[in-house]
Amino acid sequence: MSEQKPQTVPTTGHVWDGDLQEYNNPLPVWWVYTFYATVIFALVYWTIYPSWPFGKGWIGGVSKISYVNSEGEAKTHSWNTRALLLADMNKAAIAQKPYFDKVEAMSYEEIAKDPEMSGFVISAGKTLFADNCAPCHQAGGQGMIGFFPDLTDDDWLYGGSYEKIHETLMGGRRGYMPAFSEVLVGTEIDQLANFVASLSGIGHDTAKAAAGKVLFHGDAAGCHACHGSDARGRQDMGTPNLTDNIWLWANVPAADTDEGKVAAIRGVIASGLNRGVMPAWSGRLLPEQIKVLTVYVHELGGGQ
Amino acid sequence: MNINFKHEWIETNIGLMSVLTMLAISVGGLVEIAPLFFIDETIEKVEGVRPYTPLEQRGRDIYIREGCYTCHSQMIRPFRDEKLRYGHYSLAAESQFDHPFQWGSKRTGPDLARVGGKYSNEWHVQHMVAPRSMVPESVMPNYPWLLSTPLDLSDLVGRMNALRKVGVPYSLSQAEYGANVTRFGETVAGQLHIPDARKNLIEQANFGNYDGDRSGISEMDAMVAYLQVLGTMVDFSKYADDAFVDNR
Repeated sequence: MSEQKPQTVPTTGHVWDGDLQEYNNPLPVWWVYTFYATVIFALVYWTIYPSWPFGKGWIGGVSKISYVNSEGEAKTHSWNTRALLLADMNKAAIAQKPYFDKVEAMSYEEIAKDPEMSGFVISAGKTLFADNCAPCHQAGGQGMIGFFPDLTDDDWLYGGSYEKIHETLMGGRRGYMPAFSEVLVGTEIDQLANFVASLSGIGHDTAKAAAGKVLFHGDAAGCHACHGSDARGRQDMGTPNLTDNIWLWANVPAADTDEGKVAAIRGVIASGLNRGVMPAWSGRLLPEQIKVLTVYVHELGGGQ
Repeated sequence: MNINFKHEWIETNIGLMSVLTMLAISVGGLVEIAPLFFIDETIEKVEGVRPYTPLEQRGRDIYIREGCYTCHSQMIRPFRDEKLRYGHYSLAAESQFDHPFQWGSKRTGPDLARVGGKYSNEWHVQHMVAPRSMVPESVMPNYPWLLSTPLDLSDLVGRMNALRKVGVPYSLSQAEYGANVTRFGETVAGQLHIPDARKNLIEQANFGNYDGDRSGISEMDAMVAYLQVLGTMVDFSKYADDAFVDNR
C-alpha cells in the first residue's frame, strides 16, 4: 500500500460548525463526456421526432412515416404513434389481403370446402370469437342455459344457415315472450307447462297436459301463434322448438325431478321473457370479419 | 454592482432551497403540459361527444366508488393489438367531459373505453353479480349489491352542479340550455338541464330498464347505462383512417 499523500484537493470553501469542510473533487472524465453526449442525443432527438411546442402547434421533426392505405394511396405523415399504428395496420392488411379478398369473393360453401381457406377462417375466426363472442356464448360456443344459446347443436332460434347466421351477426337479436301470468291463472299455466314437458318426453301429468294442449292451440293463450301449431318454433320469429328437449330459458336439465323440470317450464311461461339480446356487430366489426365469423360459427358443429 | 453568486446562500437557506427545488422539478412538467392548453389540435374536433346524462353520470360515480379504475383503464392506445381487440384508439375529445378522466394502462381487466354496445344489458348485470358465471377465468370480484341497492338520487343536483363548476356544460339557466341546444341538439340539451335532472334520470332508467328489473331504479341501472355509452359517442365511420393522425 502506498503511503497516504498529503491532501492537495481544494475545498469548496464552505465551513460548517467551525471545522467541517467539503472537498471539491473534479467529476470523473467519463461522467462529464457522457453528460455532454446526452445533450447531443437530445439535440438529435429534437430534430428527428416531434418535440417542442411552437406557437399554436409544435415542431414535427424530420422523421416521416409512409405507408400505402387500403385504397392503394401512398400516405406520409410526420412521425407519431398514430401514424405508426396506421403503417402497422396497413402492412398487416396487405399481408392478409389475398385471404380476405378470397373470403369476400368466395361463397360460404366454397370457403368451407377449400382446405386452405377454411383453415384461415377457423384460425382468424377463433380469435374474433374469443374477443367478441365468447363472453356470452362461452369459449367453445356451448352457450349457457338461462342466458345464451348453444351454437354447437342443431337447434337454431333464428336459423342456422350461413345467411341467417350472417343476418344475426349483422343486426343482432332481441328475444321476447309475454308474461302469461297476466292473462292465465296458475292452474292453466301448470297445464301448459305439463303439455310442453310432454312434447319433450319429460314425465308429466297426462290430464293436465291434455288440458294444456287445448290451451296451447286456443286463442286465450295463443301459444301456437308464435311457437307454431306443431310447437316446433318459427325461425322467422326466433321462437324455439318446444319438442326437441333442448332448453335455453327454462333450466330443465338442472332439475333432478320431473316436478322440478315442469316447474322450470312453468316459470318461463308465467314471467315471460324480455331478454335474449344479442348486440349488432355491423358497427363494430368489418364486413369481412363478420363473414369469417359466420363461417366459423357455422363450422362449430350446428350449421345447416 | 458586483454580485458574487454563492452556493452557500441556497444551502444555508432552507426556504429558498425549497422554492428553487420546486421550480427546478416543475420545469419538465410545465414544458410538457402547459403548451397542450395552447395547441389548437390537442382535442380533436369530432362530432357526437356529449356530457353524460344524469343516469350515466350516476353510473360513473358508482364506477369510481367501486374502484373499477384500479383494474380497468379507459384508454385504447394506438397499437395494433389494442385496435384489433378494443377498436379505434381513444381520442382526447372523447374524455373531454370526464372528471376525473379514466386513462391508464393498468389492465388487470380489459380496457373499457369502447365496451358500450359490445354486450347485452343482461350480460353486464349477470357479469357484475357473478363474473365467473359468464367468464370462467375472470378474477373480477362480485358486485351483487349493485342490483339490490336503490340508486341514491338525493345529491344528484349537487353532483351535476359540481361538474358544471369544473366546466361540464350542464345547464342551469334558459340561456345555458339554449347554448346547449345549439351545441348538442335539443334531445341532448334536455338531458343536460340540471332542473330536469331527476325527471330525466327516472325516464331513462324506466325506458332502458338496464338491470332487467322494473320494480325500481338500482345502482345497477346506472352502472349499465354508463357502461353501455362508453366509446359509442363518436361515429368513426364518418372519419377517414388518418383523420386524427396529424393531431399528434
